[in-house]
Amino acid sequence: MRHLLATRDLSRDEAIELLDIAEDMAAVQEREVKKLPTLRGKTVVNLFFEDSTRTRISFEAAAKRLSADVINFSAKGSSVSKGESLKDTAQTLQAMGADGVVVRHPSSGAPLVLATSGWIDAGVVNAGDGTHEHPTQALLDAFTMRRRLHGAASRGRDLDGVRIVIVGDILHSRVARSNVWLLDTLGADVTLVAPPTLLPVDPSGWPARIGYDLDAALAPAPDVVMMLRVQAERMHAAFFPNSREYSRTWGLDDARFDRLPPTTMVMHPGPMNRGLEIAARAADSPQSTVREQVANGVSVRMAALYLLLSGERGDA
Amino acid sequence: MSGRILVRGATLPGGERADLLVEGGVIAEIGGIADAPGAHVIDADGLIALPGLVDLHTHLREPGYEQSETVLTGTQAAAAGGYTAVFAMANTFPVADTAGVVEQEQRLGRTAGYATVQPIGAVTVGLEGEQLAELGAMARSQANVRVFSDDGFCVADPQLMRRALEYVKAFDGVIAQHAQEPRLTVGAQMNEGALSGELGLAGWPAVAEESIIARDVLLAEHVGSRLHVCHLSTAGSVEVVRWAKARGIDVTAEVTPHHLLLTEELVATYDARYKVNPPLRRAEDVQALRAALADGTIDIVATDHAPHPVEAKECEWDAAANGMVGLESALSVVHQAMVETGLLDWAGVARVMSETPARIGRLAGHGTALAAGAPAEVTLYDPSAAGEFDVARLAGRSANSPYLGRRLPGRVVATLHSGYATVLDGVVRDAHEVAGLAASASNGGARG
Amino acid sequence: MARAVLSRADIQRGLTRISHEILESNRGASDLVILGIPTRGVVLARRIAETIARIEAEAPPPAELAGSLDVTMYRDDLARTRTRTPAPTQLPPGGIDGMTVVLVDDVLYSGRTIRAALDALADLGRPRAVRLAVLVDRGHREFPIRADFVGKNLPSAKHERINVRLDEIDGEDAVTIEGGDA
Ligand SMILES: [Zn+2]
Repeated sequence: MRHLLATRDLSRDEAIELLDIAEDMAAVQEREVKKLPTLRGKTVVNLFFEDSTRTRISFEAAAKRLSADVINFSAKGSSVSKGESLKDTAQTLQAMGADGVVVRHPSSGAPLVLATSGWIDAGVVNAGDGTHEHPTQALLDAFTMRRRLHGAASRGRDLDGVRIVIVGDILHSRVARSNVWLLDTLGADVTLVAPPTLLPVDPSGWPARIGYDLDAALAPAPDVVMMLRVQAERMHAAFFPNSREYSRTWGLDDARFDRLPPTTMVMHPGPMNRGLEIAARAADSPQSTVREQVANGVSVRMAALYLLLSGERGDA
Repeated sequence: MSGRILVRGATLPGGERADLLVEGGVIAEIGGIADAPGAHVIDADGLIALPGLVDLHTHLREPGYEQSETVLTGTQAAAAGGYTAVFAMANTFPVADTAGVVEQEQRLGRTAGYATVQPIGAVTVGLEGEQLAELGAMARSQANVRVFSDDGFCVADPQLMRRALEYVKAFDGVIAQHAQEPRLTVGAQMNEGALSGELGLAGWPAVAEESIIARDVLLAEHVGSRLHVCHLSTAGSVEVVRWAKARGIDVTAEVTPHHLLLTEELVATYDARYKVNPPLRRAEDVQALRAALADGTIDIVATDHAPHPVEAKECEWDAAANGMVGLESALSVVHQAMVETGLLDWAGVARVMSETPARIGRLAGHGTALAAGAPAEVTLYDPSAAGEFDVARLAGRSANSPYLGRRLPGRVVATLHSGYATVLDGVVRDAHEVAGLAASASNGGARG
Repeated sequence: MARAVLSRADIQRGLTRISHEILESNRGASDLVILGIPTRGVVLARRIAETIARIEAEAPPPAELAGSLDVTMYRDDLARTRTRTPAPTQLPPGGIDGMTVVLVDDVLYSGRTIRAALDALADLGRPRAVRLAVLVDRGHREFPIRADFVGKNLPSAKHERINVRLDEIDGEDAVTIEGGDA
């Protein structure tokens, strides 16, 4: 794998291979010595044009547990924050001999531009670009689902027939996009529920069912309910009237949570707005995978870094 | 080279073959010409002769943004593309909102000598959409401004738009509107539709263009004014203009070459060369725009030539500037989109790229059919040339062309402006040479 | 052309002998762990554990004796070949601390795989002793490593390829050698 830019480009076999390697990485996380010598001598740069401490820490832990050298480069708020800065920064990293660049950027497509520009030889991992994709988040979500469903027998499995409802700000969510493509590739059955203002204007090409009614979507007891974070600024841009109406109509409140069977997983990419899109009881219940998602994030990112940075350069 | 040029064996837009003798800034003779002693002979066998092309929508960037383009380099690009006149948009720095700026612009064009530069005046002071610029002073100035536009921005305030439309009636002016409802396009990055949702780029909905055009044609009808719509880009806009024309409203419309050829799918590369405003649209829109240009609903092709330096395009999509250079490629693109498809013949090309734009802009001395006594503004085009459009075809200062590496038909072999050649054998002539020719042509003009 | 060098019966005899030698040197089957190196070493480790269970009455069942040790992440050639897909590591329930660990691989060649295995083992615990069993030793060592238990010494030229094929993976038991005529 040369770069990891989008789940949309992943084949079923590639996705399953990555999830299987993540299983091996997870096994390493359970031992006393959590470090592998695999990427000794390699340099991974965390290039963050947007703040995200949790994602950066997760990638940092993943790289360090593979013995790579990690350089954190926060380009946000530096003197050059627009325009040529991406190119300048890339050329700096190239000169430093970066083998892998983990890039978080507020502009959709920036990691693709970085990977195809010729400015840099390093493998590029998209750690979230604008409102486009966040592939490692979707992979860790799929990994979490697979582990909950199949436990030790997860290796080699897909998510065939698993019913997943994703709820919230689909329009602005890179997590939703990456999940829709990946979950479809893995055979899952995806339903998106949101106020019409927070859905893309024409989702006809998305491999998912679209609905506005959360209660209707939850009635058939889906295997997974994934609640997306709702940002307060959406309210001011008139995407919905106010937070009370939002949580009443599209929030996983206590009443809705109580109607779900105990087998339904409750997921959230974090950070959560408790009381807005998700009630505290649902978030803290045993059905919630929120804490596993954090641990699994490190395993999945180790797998991604391994696939990108081991092997010969130019290996497709 | 003497002042006489004999173009031998060219094919006129109507299809007939003719020789043209150019002398004293006019076409002295047309038809079968046995001999012209001392004339520079251009062998035009297989070439199409068109009246010099006229672009109603060019961004020359000078004054203020000379790192992107200057009047000199922009008119060199124009000449390379077969243009003999360009209307220069007002979004320079300072903005062309006073008589002084437009006169300076025109003077720079005359000195360079590659093409007539006809300034467009801003509608509002500083393009800020708040207060009318000195439209009358610009109209009465040496620059004789007749087209006014805030292009780059929409005159969004309906009351201000009404007043502008009314006011320019006093001197037969026209408001050229960049139709973009600003609130519907906050942060917009590409055409809004299925693809923008997948790429995660903020959408620029067709309705933001169509609603402004609908409002403006109704305003033009109400106050009995002339309206020109810049760069129509959607099938819906075509329907609105068609309706308005059927109603007798005095509206004209333009389409850019890129909206006749390219579609939004190119944006999936996140290559900012394809970032333009209005954005590239769907294939259905391209088809509707072609049909509208063929049936006269859209009157003209205008390039919206928008040069940008490398750093404005070699970056992430959101941060990139809107716009493409288009002067050098326009005729080839129209050839591919309209002529090769059988939608337009060469007489139609002459109409939409020369005659009608000159008429809309009230520009004398351009857009005249090739005939004895007509001004010597001539483009010679080789329709059989083929190959990749490469950077060598670009004559301006910027290289942000979406066509680099694409196959485009044809090429401009020669451009004659004011009776002298600005392009010969497909090569833009040296700046000093052309400036000298321009100076002596204007002296000769003064004598005659 | 591939030339057969070990038959099904040869392989079985070799593994039986190795099993006896392991029991002899370990003085029985207690505190013993047999770890195969994926892919074919895991199959061989399992067969050795089954053989030991048959010949030694007090030996633990094969599932508690045998496991697997993946060395992919410890290899020194990761940047030189195409990306390798790792396999799971599975230790017997008793772990490896204080045990005698017998590493099992199909072919011993440069010794680099065993070097990686020793590193991998060190990250998993502290065995009392580590031994090495291989079905074929073909020579050409690049590290100071030797096998304690060998099914067959098979001197070979560097350009030759040794193929070990096993029922559980390949549908047959055979060892062949290729490229000798080149
Ligand atoms: Zn415009």
